[in-house]
Amino acid sequence: MNSLVQLAAEGEVAAATGITAYAWLLVGLPLLGAALLLVGGRVTNAWGHLLATALSWASFVLGFLIVLAMAGRGTEERAAHVGGWNWVPAGQFQLETGLLIDQLSIAFVLLITFVGSLIHVYSIGYMEHDADRRKFFAYLNLFVASMLLLVLADSYLLLFVGWEGVGLASYLLIGFWNHNPAYATAANKAFFVNRVGDVGMSVAIMVMFFTFGAVDFETVHAGAAEAGSTAMTVLGLLLLLGACAKSAQFPLQSWLGDAMAGPTPVSALIHAATMVTAGVYLIVRSHTIFNAAPNAQLAVAVVGAITLLYGAIVGCAKDDIKKALAASTMSQIGYMMLAAGLGPVGYAFAIFHLVTHGFFKAGMFLGAGSVMHGMNDQVNMRRFGGLSSAMKITWVTFGLGWLAILGVPPFSGFWSKDKIIESAFIGEGWRPWVFGFVALIGAGITAFYMSRLFFMTFHGKKRWVDAREGEPEYHPHESPLTMTVPMIVLAVGSGVLGLALSWGGTFSHWLEPVVGEHGDEHPVLAVPVIMGLTLLLVAGGAAYAWMLYWRDTVPETAPRGSLLTQAARADLYQDAINEGLFMRPGTHLTRALVFTDGKGVDGVTGSLAASIGGASSRLRRLQTGYARSYALTMLTGVVVVLGALWVMN
Amino acid sequence: MSGFPLLTVMMVVPLVGAAVVALLPGGSARLAKPIALATSLVTLALALLAWARFDGDGSSDRYQLTETHSWIPQFGVSYALGVDGIALSLIVMATILTPVCLLAAWNDLGEDAEPQREKTYFALMLVLLTFMVGVFAARDVFLFYVFFEAMLIPVYFLIGLFGGPRRQYAAVKFILFSLVGGLVMLVAVIALYFNGPGGEQGFLYEALEGGVTASTTTQRWLFVGFFIAFAIKAPMWPVHTWLPDAASEARPATAVLLVGVLDKVGTFGMLRFCLGMFPEASKWATPVVITLAVISVIYGGLLAIGSRDIMRLIAFTSISHFGLIVLGIFAMTSTAGSGSALYMINHGFATAGLFLIAGFLITRHGSQRIADYGGWQRVTPLLAGTFLVSGLSSLALPGLSSYVSEFLVLTGTYQRYEVAAVIATLGIVLAALYILLTYQRVFTGPRPVFLEGREPRDLGLREKLVVVPIIASFLLLGAYPKPVLDLVNPAVKQTLDLVGVTDPAPTNASGSAQ
Repeated sequence: MNSLVQLAAEGEVAAATGITAYAWLLVGLPLLGAALLLVGGRVTNAWGHLLATALSWASFVLGFLIVLAMAGRGTEERAAHVGGWNWVPAGQFQLETGLLIDQLSIAFVLLITFVGSLIHVYSIGYMEHDADRRKFFAYLNLFVASMLLLVLADSYLLLFVGWEGVGLASYLLIGFWNHNPAYATAANKAFFVNRVGDVGMSVAIMVMFFTFGAVDFETVHAGAAEAGSTAMTVLGLLLLLGACAKSAQFPLQSWLGDAMAGPTPVSALIHAATMVTAGVYLIVRSHTIFNAAPNAQLAVAVVGAITLLYGAIVGCAKDDIKKALAASTMSQIGYMMLAAGLGPVGYAFAIFHLVTHGFFKAGMFLGAGSVMHGMNDQVNMRRFGGLSSAMKITWVTFGLGWLAILGVPPFSGFWSKDKIIESAFIGEGWRPWVFGFVALIGAGITAFYMSRLFFMTFHGKKRWVDAREGEPEYHPHESPLTMTVPMIVLAVGSGVLGLALSWGGTFSHWLEPVVGEHGDEHPVLAVPVIMGLTLLLVAGGAAYAWMLYWRDTVPETAPRGSLLTQAARADLYQDAINEGLFMRPGTHLTRALVFTDGKGVDGVTGSLAASIGGASSRLRRLQTGYARSYALTMLTGVVVVLGALWVMN
Repeated sequence: MSGFPLLTVMMVVPLVGAAVVALLPGGSARLAKPIALATSLVTLALALLAWARFDGDGSSDRYQLTETHSWIPQFGVSYALGVDGIALSLIVMATILTPVCLLAAWNDLGEDAEPQREKTYFALMLVLLTFMVGVFAARDVFLFYVFFEAMLIPVYFLIGLFGGPRRQYAAVKFILFSLVGGLVMLVAVIALYFNGPGGEQGFLYEALEGGVTASTTTQRWLFVGFFIAFAIKAPMWPVHTWLPDAASEARPATAVLLVGVLDKVGTFGMLRFCLGMFPEASKWATPVVITLAVISVIYGGLLAIGSRDIMRLIAFTSISHFGLIVLGIFAMTSTAGSGSALYMINHGFATAGLFLIAGFLITRHGSQRIADYGGWQRVTPLLAGTFLVSGLSSLALPGLSSYVSEFLVLTGTYQRYEVAAVIATLGIVLAALYILLTYQRVFTGPRPVFLEGREPRDLGLREKLVVVPIIASFLLLGAYPKPVLDLVNPAVKQTLDLVGVTDPAPTNASGSAQ
């Protein structure tokens, strides 16, 4: 009876009808593209990239039609379930595949397919001269399919398939130019760090089955509230471990900077707009677990707060335009994590910021790619400067992204980041003060390093006029239309999306049925005060950057800098720490085991073998007279057995 | 019951094929390979027929397609065959892998090989196929033992006659380890008869499952006797050291049959004999076995990372995976048990992919040392890509076949032994390291320089035919493992019923779907 009542209260998700019933095609179309391009081989070289792009857009169109149908239904009937097939029927463990189309997943579908398709278009231009262009588009399609599976899955196990699929695509694309050994290492590093997170994910799924006897969202989330806070804390921390790896959050952040080895469209799509935000999705999707585990929730917020400062500090010191943007991505996802760790008050804002960030950060990465395209693949910002005149479209579109990430009203980032800062000031005890001020200070630092990046690239003295020895001359030029059009579209999003989605709380209300409502909490400081402080800090950060990097001359080689600058340039020594703590001891252990396996274990068992077969000279004889010896040994065995039996009786 | 003797025919066909191949007159020696391949394909067709005739809904008898004939009634020995779902799925796997391996081994001996040598090579593989079917199809403990030992003979010759430079050392080491295990088991087999129901059919599985009446101590000794033999075969730490030598000296096709199929007799035997016939002793030994299994998982992974020889590396990955299979068997939950049975199949294909594609690479460059490679993705992209896919299956990438089984093993184990499951899960980090570091060292980096006209070619048609069924199995069994799970589920359940254990209930029952 109890469970019946509960089921009624939970409002079981209805089976999908109409266009929504075709949701598998969302995943299937780009997957088909990847398969055709990989299996088809050279035959598809001429048109493969166009097919991949078309299939990605087809997925977007279908997603758009589904969201229209969804918006046409009442709030309670919007979520729908699409069944799949009987996937793992193994004894006690039973699981079918299925997709959950609800307000949260469909928001991701639109973000992924829209930004993803734009980046497909951009890549047509960007990868035009690459010999392996077909493979690049196959991997992009594989990525889109996996990412869609990740957000649409109706169980943690199926989610994990998408989770690893995007990891695989990320690995393949970071190492796309793996003839450069450093890039191959970067790809491996990303995969290895993510495997550490996978341990968390895997054990989390084991705990779910142990606790609930199932791993689908419906059962797990329905039971989370009364499963006891200890179990849910363990579960929450394990999921957080997985999220930290995928979203490059402290302490598993070290792979993201190196991941910039991939072609720039990849950095834009995977390592800025979508895949790296999967950790935030996971936390928000599992909100019932975190709601039942306050300590795990606090851990999420702490991780977010640490990472947002960590990324911001690192971002101040990087001269490589892509690595500076990567540090910024880490920091912005830190904001999202912080919001997700605040509980019901923050879930919707975490996703809101995730969406706006997807637009403005992807736009800026594409802008960086456009700059590299016009500057012989140079990434060192100390060799840029004054590019605004040479690349007008890139400059303007990048500028919109820059205003958005700074949180200047009325651009997108203002609406989403400001909400997170406000929410961080909500709560009791020490938390609002710590989290609030971290978020506030982070906004100031963000303004500094992003302005530094923007000014160093587009303004100030042209530091590329005199080519150095061994360098070809620079002739900066604007990129072709296939590249600039996606940049313009994303720039429009950076400009207006925030306002459009927050008008009347549209987006928050849209997500409410999934993430739950929250009361009317008030920040510990008045909202206008928070907003004023934020804008003041942002203006200060930007002004300071203007002094240093626009007004003053930027040295073409980086000065030594303060201790903090040196530390930040070295990513706060993350690699040295990992190396000392894990890699070097691991290498020693492996070497020692290889040594003892040859000498120790093999020695003992080898001498056992030798004592039966006799000395090594007799071994040779055994081999030549093999059949006879074998028969003899068998006979010996039988005698031993009969003897033993006789003794036993 | 006494219908068409399908299982016997499946053993006779390859044996006849082997005889034909071996006795071909010199003039028609070039027919040896096609005949061998055709024979293996006929056997495969028979195996698929057996699958079609097998009734897997769990309500029918456990052993089907049975044949029973008296053999040495004085000693309780029958020529009795019959399969449950686990045995049948292993037979189907073996009959799929054999033609694949024959095709992979097509040019192993070179263009100008001695006809006699070539005939022997392919005849031996067919003989091995007969014994592989026999060992899984036996329904009599003594008959099982006969096949268990007979299998060694073709493998011994395949390694010792056709292997690498240290083949003789490797072959002797292999035979010695196996003989020690076999002898210990022989003692246990004979002792088992005297502690069972006895009679003219005293060695039948049905008679002994639940029919061993000995004292607790004797049962434990019997368990130990069987377990040692199977642990050497499987191989588990610390009796694993023969495998890296055997696998690295054997031809890749031999290595596949050895590691992918023969070694499964170890884990198959643990499930059928140790758990099925000595349930109490199995429970008694579980803490030790679980510990050894977890050590194998981690140890195999670490040693694989440290391997400089690509074939040794693959052998060590298998030690790690066998650790997981054993872990799942002794966790004694239906989830882990079905996972282990599925893992035996998936591991066979994943290992085949790694060994055979590594073999294609070695054929091209003549070296097994990882350090001798680099940048080969630019030279042989298809070979690189298929190796990577096999590697990803081996590291249990979700979406590919091994993942489902690994997940089931770990999840089912966690229900009883949380710590063991969590430590074993750390193996997934090691798996990523040993696969992707190898990929990096062999295939990435700047394009290597070859002498004019000596540029290696990418996979040819024959090699593609080898790779396609293997990769197809990764994708199909990753997305839809149900056909195999449906086969093994009832057998696992029946085994656990014999042991007398039930699955732990979820701690939070109200959240459960049940």
